[in-house]
Amino acid sequence: MSNNKDSIRTPLGHARGLGSSKEGTHHWWMQRVSSVALVPLSLYWLTCLPEMTTGTYAHFISWVGSPAVSILAILFIITSFYHAALGLQVIIEDYITGEGMKLSLLMLNKFTFIALAASCIFAILHISFSLHTYEAP
Amino acid sequence: MTNSSRPLSPHLQVYRWQVTMLLSILHRMTGFGLAAGAVLVAWGLLAAASGAEAFMTFHNFTASPVGRLMLLGWAWAFAFHFLNGIRHLVWDTGRGLTIKQAANSAWFVLILSAIATLGIWCLANCEGN
Repeated sequence: MSNNKDSIRTPLGHARGLGSSKEGTHHWWMQRVSSVALVPLSLYWLTCLPEMTTGTYAHFISWVGSPAVSILAILFIITSFYHAALGLQVIIEDYITGEGMKLSLLMLNKFTFIALAASCIFAILHISFSLHTYEAP
Repeated sequence: MTNSSRPLSPHLQVYRWQVTMLLSILHRMTGFGLAAGAVLVAWGLLAAASGAEAFMTFHNFTASPVGRLMLLGWAWAFAFHFLNGIRHLVWDTGRGLTIKQAANSAWFVLILSAIATLGIWCLANCEGN
């Protein structure tokens, strides 16, 4: 450990414990944290399947636009898309060997999921804040 | 890689398939598939926000044979990734890591994921209409 005379790691580097990639176990840990959050969140969405699949537009809008469902939808979008981006990152790092291609795909991965999440959250808020215009005959 | 004379570890095809390695790769594949499903979620929500006509286009796709098949695939991918994810979380606590336990939990997850897929399919189709 820190008393190891053969170690070339500085005492500060050892105390930080972030390793050569400089982020330590942050990625691994956030993958776990998001997965724990997704257990109740995704179970909630399973119970909503009958609501979601009735197929009538007015029903779907008034259901998804209600405050509780909108908030849970946004929480689910943020958590699941974050979890997905973390997972895809590992797949890219494992299988893409060219540095240029790897770096490009890692960026594209982040941009895509942030854009998708922003689109979903905008859509949910738009429906929720203008329910009266959707429900007008 | 420039150094081609380095020894290579034996590749996948020399190993006898075991249920634990099947679940390992399935976890990654279902995760990838579910991530791709984010596009469908975004499409559905944006269509709903755009109006009844756009929503019907989305609904018609999900009700088409291809759409139904994709939804069935996602239902299983979700069930499997959810259950196997819990298996991973249990491993993270240091439990269930012997070869026998890992193989048993693998079969358990495989069978339960098939049953759960049926349950999800019923929930989405039987009560909704």
